[in-house]
Amino acid sequence: MAHLSNVVASIKKALPDAEVKIEDLSGAGDHLQVNVISSSFKGLTRIQQHQLVYGALQKELANEAIHALALNTSIPS
Amino acid sequence: MDSDTRSKIEVLINSHPVLVFMKGTKLMPQCGFSNNVVQILNALGISFETFDVLSDMEVRQGIKEFSNWPTIPQVYVKGEFIGGSDILIEMYNSGELKEKLEIALAS
Repeated sequence: MAHLSNVVASIKKALPDAEVKIEDLSGAGDHLQVNVISSSFKGLTRIQQHQLVYGALQKELANEAIHALALNTSIPS
Repeated sequence: MDSDTRSKIEVLINSHPVLVFMKGTKLMPQCGFSNNVVQILNALGISFETFDVLSDMEVRQGIKEFSNWPTIPQVYVKGEFIGGSDILIEMYNSGELKEKLEIALAS
């Protein structure tokens, strides 16, 4: 089970300016909907944007604290 | 990942125009995210092949390293990784997926 605050902290460590919205879909902290808005995504393809977030969550994904992650990335409007 | 697994993956993605590494099969998807991708490709009337990663642990781990993408499903078109469930849904809703597939499959 991943603590939502740890997930936000991990993302912000890699993307300091990121605005992160998290929804726990399962109530058990392992099925998450994560929306990340950051200017670091500018000029990147969707795949590259998601890879940035996945890179920040390597630990949580590797030990399967997060089992399923629905991800949405966007650039500040 | 050992070289056998890497070459196995390369053969797989280059022998099918559209290939989905998924959990389960088209008729029996074993995960909601894998099912999303199957439904989207069916809705577009695209013919595609699948590989059940639950049947091969080396490929299941190797594919994540191969594409630097930590989750399953993974969709490949003409050998190119185009995304997982989230990105396929986004591209489908924006119409970008239909266009990309038409261009790729026409060539």
